[in-house]
Amino acid sequence: MMADAYDLVVIGAGPAGMAAAATACTAGARVLVLDDQSTPGGQIYRAVENAGNWESNVLGPDYIAGKANVRTFRDSRVEYRAGAVVWQVTGSREIGYSYQGQAQIIRPRSLILATGAMERPMPIPGWTLPGVMTAGAAQTLLKSSALAAEGALFAGSGPLLYLIAYQYLKAGLHVEAIVDTTPRHNRWRALPHLPGALLNWQMLNKGRKWISEIRALGTPILKGAGELRVLGDEVAEGLAWRRHSGAWQEVSSSHVFLHQGVVPNINLSMAAGLQHDWDAIQICWRPRCDDWGRGSCDKIFIAGDGAGVGGAAAAHAAGRIAAIGALSDLGLISQGDRDREARGWRAVMRREMSFRPFLDAWFRPPDQLRVPDDENTTVCRCEELTLKDIRDAIAIGLNNPNSVKSFCRSGMGPCQGRFCGLTLQEIIARDTGRAPGEVGYYRLRPPIKPVPLNELANIEFDPVQQNDRI
Amino acid sequence: MIVGGGIHGCSAALHLAMRGHSVIVLEKDYVARHASGVNAGGVRRLGRDLAEVPIAQAAWQYWREIRALVDDDCGYRPSRYLKVARTESDLANIRRRVQELRALGFEHEEVVDRETVREFLPAAGDHCLGALHVDGDGSALPFRTTRAFMLRAQQLGARFFENTRVNEIARTDGIWKATTSSGVFEAPVIVNAAGAWSGDLAARLGDDVPVIAHAPMLMITARMPAFVTPVVGVFNGTLSFKQFDNGTVLIGGGARGTAYPETDETELNFGGMGAVLRTAKDVFPIMAKANIVRTWAGIEGYLPDNLPVIGPGTMDGVVHVCGFSAHGFQLAPAVGGIVADLVTGSRPDLRIEPFRVDRFNSVREQ
Repeated sequence: MMADAYDLVVIGAGPAGMAAAATACTAGARVLVLDDQSTPGGQIYRAVENAGNWESNVLGPDYIAGKANVRTFRDSRVEYRAGAVVWQVTGSREIGYSYQGQAQIIRPRSLILATGAMERPMPIPGWTLPGVMTAGAAQTLLKSSALAAEGALFAGSGPLLYLIAYQYLKAGLHVEAIVDTTPRHNRWRALPHLPGALLNWQMLNKGRKWISEIRALGTPILKGAGELRVLGDEVAEGLAWRRHSGAWQEVSSSHVFLHQGVVPNINLSMAAGLQHDWDAIQICWRPRCDDWGRGSCDKIFIAGDGAGVGGAAAAHAAGRIAAIGALSDLGLISQGDRDREARGWRAVMRREMSFRPFLDAWFRPPDQLRVPDDENTTVCRCEELTLKDIRDAIAIGLNNPNSVKSFCRSGMGPCQGRFCGLTLQEIIARDTGRAPGEVGYYRLRPPIKPVPLNELANIEFDPVQQNDRI
Repeated sequence: MIVGGGIHGCSAALHLAMRGHSVIVLEKDYVARHASGVNAGGVRRLGRDLAEVPIAQAAWQYWREIRALVDDDCGYRPSRYLKVARTESDLANIRRRVQELRALGFEHEEVVDRETVREFLPAAGDHCLGALHVDGDGSALPFRTTRAFMLRAQQLGARFFENTRVNEIARTDGIWKATTSSGVFEAPVIVNAAGAWSGDLAARLGDDVPVIAHAPMLMITARMPAFVTPVVGVFNGTLSFKQFDNGTVLIGGGARGTAYPETDETELNFGGMGAVLRTAKDVFPIMAKANIVRTWAGIEGYLPDNLPVIGPGTMDGVVHVCGFSAHGFQLAPAVGGIVADLVTGSRPDLRIEPFRVDRFNSVREQ
């Protein structure tokens, strides 16, 4: 087995992963990239290689810009495995993954996790009904197979919600309405961060352009919505919400797309046992890392949105910085070269991140849409557990996500807590009067994604021998 | 004063509280955090060491009426339990085992032939020649069970202190004094029910209990069509296997990860799961289509002879109940009663001489 000879394995081929891999290759490192999609690009540049005029028009210049990133990545000497599903990472850099029907375990000399972000759960009554999906999932369908729904309703908050609705309109589809849940008082909290945001005024302009064009196309934007609930018993039939004035409003639609921002996808970094800190501003966990992206375990780096949401340009810069750091830690470049090469990318990071505090404050999702009130609201989709089921567990004295999980099976399904982890944590925090960071998170139990038993049954891996070769 | 909030600590607390004694349980994490909460939940008399059989039988009487004991059904599902033989020599071993049991007067285990195995396990492969069989064993939900013992004990007056780690132990004037992370506790009798961590505690109580911590791994599949009701093990190949009502299949039996008892963590070893998964596929061909969705490991204390320590310590006012070596769950309802006897100075009805704490001293002296 030669697989352990990799200097660097990068997990994820989005902006951060592609940049990290290409950077490391140019310095002569032997690099392997594992990614579960069929083409490079990650969520943001999904299927961009094959994008033509239609995509260019509908998905916009920011999307098409990804073509250059993908080309640089393809042109590098990186070994790239598309469709590789990573299901385990340990703190000693053992990586378990499935590729072309075979499970394998490898242990490279260094590792960069570039697994990006995921959409924050939005557990409102009816969010599990057929016809409801996240806006991000709706965008994935649009990008990968040009599938879209006529007359959809977009509800929630955040730039991505508007971007995707805008893309829908550009695709010539009717959008029933955008129901905006951004609390009105958020703007006062965002105001102090405006000077920082102005450093990146292009971003502000972009948002204003989407909104004015959405309005021009006649799609109503209904602001100040709270207490959302999806209507319908068997399938989604629409959405009801309470307006700022206190009155209830309803709109019918068989497609409801929910979104309230993105958070780092921490399943692999948590499973690896890296230390994480609770970010009370972004209301999510972030792996603890230094300014090279080094995590708390030896030669494991985190780059891009998985380390803290900053968007594609920041992720690209973070990928390069992490790769440079890894090359230096491996002794492949000097510390002087490292510091010099990183300088320009740090400036990019600073510029991109200058916008975040403003966005974070403006689009902070309200408590009420993160922590359900209605006892019948589903919390854990996989095990079909409601708020009441969770409360029953808390009522017998269980006060952390793991004991609740052991008792009622929340988070034990195939999604490994991606859909319920943050919600459960905040429910426990609220009901026991503690800060969410104090409550903690699920212990993640690999495989992070399901693996065929047949593949695991055939694994041959001798950790001792692997260690000897390093 | 019981140290350790696993199933044995909780059961001892319950039995003592039922008899009206004042009891406290000190648990360094939360009750059922480790082996007691994450094991396979086997309620199994089958295949036990002959020394354990009488206790397992007594425990089974409790399990049959578990609600009467703890006011909760503990998710207990009685079923058949089969240990499958795939070779003639395994079959011969089964027959010998049943004869030995009969000689001691135990009738619960029996040999079943190939056709009966087919009837009980229609999904099993053709090469299953026979099986050791018990009707009425089964499984329970371990975390819920352990918490149920705790809750019932609490209702009867036992006090539980979670996140309470014992740092120092001293005895003065016939009273044990434990200095913990959340204060000082005192009691005339101390019970060592500290599982994988019981070796350290035993040493501080003046006894040598050579407990080693291991991390047996369990795996669970995505939901599958119902194909097996009994709990199944195999001879010559470690496997414990059962399908839950929701269709998921639990696979355990021997493969180990790495235990880090000092940090309470475990690391899984996917490279070491192959053997048990191949056995699972061999016994149930349908498992070739299964998807594994989650694996985990608990930290359990093992003793060199794979039997627990149940008995008084060398010093006064010490009782050990530890080192169950991954098969203590079923025994707990009965062992709690034995511990209550030992704590209160009465003589247990069941024979515990094989589990005495000093048995390792004599081995070492030889």
